[in-house]
Amino acid sequence: MSETVVTASSIPAGGNKAPPAGMVGPWAWLKANLFNSWLSTATTLLLGYLILRAAVGFIDWAFIHAIWTVPYSAKGVPDTSSCQNAKEVGACWAVIGDKYRLILFGRYPYEEQWRPALCVVLFIGLYIVSAMRRFWRKELALIWIVTLSAIFILMGGGLFGLKEVQNDYWGGLPITLILATFGIACAFPLSILVALGRRSTKLPAVKLLCVLYVELIRGVPLISVLFMASVMFPLFMPAGVNIDKLLRAQIAVILFAAAYLAEVVRGGLQSLPKGQYEAADALGLSYWHKTGLIILPQALKLVIPPLVNTFIGFFKDTSLVLIIGLFDLLTMGKVALSDPPWQSFSTEVYIALAIIYIGFCFAMSNYSRGLERELGRGERR
Amino acid sequence: MADTHADPRMSSARSSPKRSMSFAWSDPAFRAIVWQVLIVGVVVGVIWYLISNTANNLAARRIATGFGFMDRIAGIPIGESMIPYNPAEHTYGRALLIGVLNTLKVAVIGVVLATLLGTVIGIGRLSKNWLVAKITAFYVETIRDIPLLLQLLFWYTLLQGLPSPKQALRIGDAVFLTNRGLKLPLLVWEWQHTMVLATLAVGLVGVFLWSKHAKQRQDATGVRPATWPIGCGLLIALPAIVGIVLGAPLEIELPVLRGFNFQGGLTISPEYFALLLGLVVYTAGYIAEIVRSGIEAVARGQWEAAGALGLRSGMVLRLIVLPQALRVIIPPMTSQYLNLTKNSSLAVAIGFQDIVSIANTTLNQTGQAIEGIAVIMAVYLTISLSISLFMNWYNAHIALVER
Repeated sequence: MSETVVTASSIPAGGNKAPPAGMVGPWAWLKANLFNSWLSTATTLLLGYLILRAAVGFIDWAFIHAIWTVPYSAKGVPDTSSCQNAKEVGACWAVIGDKYRLILFGRYPYEEQWRPALCVVLFIGLYIVSAMRRFWRKELALIWIVTLSAIFILMGGGLFGLKEVQNDYWGGLPITLILATFGIACAFPLSILVALGRRSTKLPAVKLLCVLYVELIRGVPLISVLFMASVMFPLFMPAGVNIDKLLRAQIAVILFAAAYLAEVVRGGLQSLPKGQYEAADALGLSYWHKTGLIILPQALKLVIPPLVNTFIGFFKDTSLVLIIGLFDLLTMGKVALSDPPWQSFSTEVYIALAIIYIGFCFAMSNYSRGLERELGRGERR
Repeated sequence: MADTHADPRMSSARSSPKRSMSFAWSDPAFRAIVWQVLIVGVVVGVIWYLISNTANNLAARRIATGFGFMDRIAGIPIGESMIPYNPAEHTYGRALLIGVLNTLKVAVIGVVLATLLGTVIGIGRLSKNWLVAKITAFYVETIRDIPLLLQLLFWYTLLQGLPSPKQALRIGDAVFLTNRGLKLPLLVWEWQHTMVLATLAVGLVGVFLWSKHAKQRQDATGVRPATWPIGCGLLIALPAIVGIVLGAPLEIELPVLRGFNFQGGLTISPEYFALLLGLVVYTAGYIAEIVRSGIEAVARGQWEAAGALGLRSGMVLRLIVLPQALRVIIPPMTSQYLNLTKNSSLAVAIGFQDIVSIANTTLNQTGQAIEGIAVIMAVYLTISLSISLFMNWYNAHIALVER
């Protein structure tokens, strides 16, 4: 019998034999992913050459031949002749060193610029807190109200011994963040009402109003709404009442954002199973109880990723206020470039601005993608 | 009065109890009406208040409302126009029309180019080649995170920094790139060319009818008659014969440097070029993602089943995958086309004279703020609705027909 006993050592090691040479390891990876056919090889070589050339060229321009500082004359006027000489070969980052305060904080009084800086920090803190699921409670609305009022007081001053600063002097990154954040914060409740109105079956007149509003706003570009705010709002007001430029732009952004957000929220309302509505009705809840306790908490959770994406869109779109002459980040970049010594170094400034925008947008889109994965996990199980 | 108290069981018809509205707060139908009257009343009241304020303000500033200004001489210099225009003799109406045409010129060409570039990049992201997949992913991630306006300003300053006409970047003697724009050779247009174009249109209709016929034959007999010889004949040979018979001259006008600028040829202004470049590069990033997710939405089994049927890879893509992917792709693609069209309004920032730019100049010159904004909004609403209607029609055309 013993000859029939199969010992472990006599099994041909078919199950755990090492894969044949050439199937694993870096060479195999290269062969599979970069050189698996003659077409692929040709593409890899051509693209690789182009990328390498572009990368070397960029590093050469942005770092190796770049000029980081320039001497200043006794009057404080920068002497950009070294930059002018290196125009085609090297970047002139000295323009950023000279102008970064102007670009970031605009014409805010120089010695008070710690205040907008603190506001930016507060904004970023607010985003981080809102991003953490631990804080997704009703108190979050309170945190938003408190932080946004603190930012408003900090920027405007006039209270707690802070020097008053008119909002004509606000500028740069805080304006961009204010327009985007206040815009979303005010547009969000409005958008929920509009979405509910558009879904209502019992109030046809209200539904018609909501449909008209949403489709009208979504059919026209943001610029036209901003123009409307800047030239038509003054006509709308009774004589003597004057709304300042920033508030007008802010109202335009809110009206515009609410229409888009309403469609996002409506998507969430529609994707809730009908049973949820019927169950709430069966419990005998009133409309507002049903909406507030059953429908909205579930529907809003469903639409958080698209909400973040919409927010990214509006963050970028706030740059359009440049056209109606408000001093946001992009406008300040252009203002910095209007200074004669720095006029020809727009590429450097635009790259710096792009990095700031990419930083914010990339963080948000990364977060939204992670969130989608995390929220989808329950459904995939 | 009596029938409201009658027992419904006693009536022979057994109709559902007739609802009459009671004027009590507990009746939902009554509440609905009260709410609607209230909300509509508030909205109408606010609008009426704003209108009356506006009327007062306009009266105080002595601005007459109405579109009468459309017939006045415009005096707006317009750099590029598709129809003849002279600021000294043409009206505001014509200037605005030029703005609409310029917007359409950017939007139509932008949509076509962005679709092409976006599709290439979207397919590139699915490439088996690691380098291609990574570089396209990098493109999509970066381009979508930079505001379009910043990109437009960047392209515009880049184009303005190009050498002057005397040191133009050139390809042979035909194409020149300068800070005055892109200069291309232009075919001298004669009536014979119009005839050739008309023949081509007839040929297109013919090809369409023939392929419909071929499909019917295929459905009936299983054999598809060859379509490409007929197609070539109708689209290439026929226009060529017409051209030769009519003696269409093949005279090409090259741009020639005279003094400080080029004369002749086709000019693409730096403003238009920058706007088109920015819109195409930006929108292509979004279209790439739509194309990628559309193709990924087609189940793997479909590819494999098509392969098992012995279809060639081109046919798999054309007959099996794309028809299914298109259903996922079309709705978001529509909104990207709408976005591109609306984003073309950023032209005003780099000085390309689209409808927003010209309407803005008009309202600054005439003070007709409301009319100017109304023109802008009407134009975009019309364009948006047309694109939506067309894409909805196309979507219904390709939608899955379910029993």
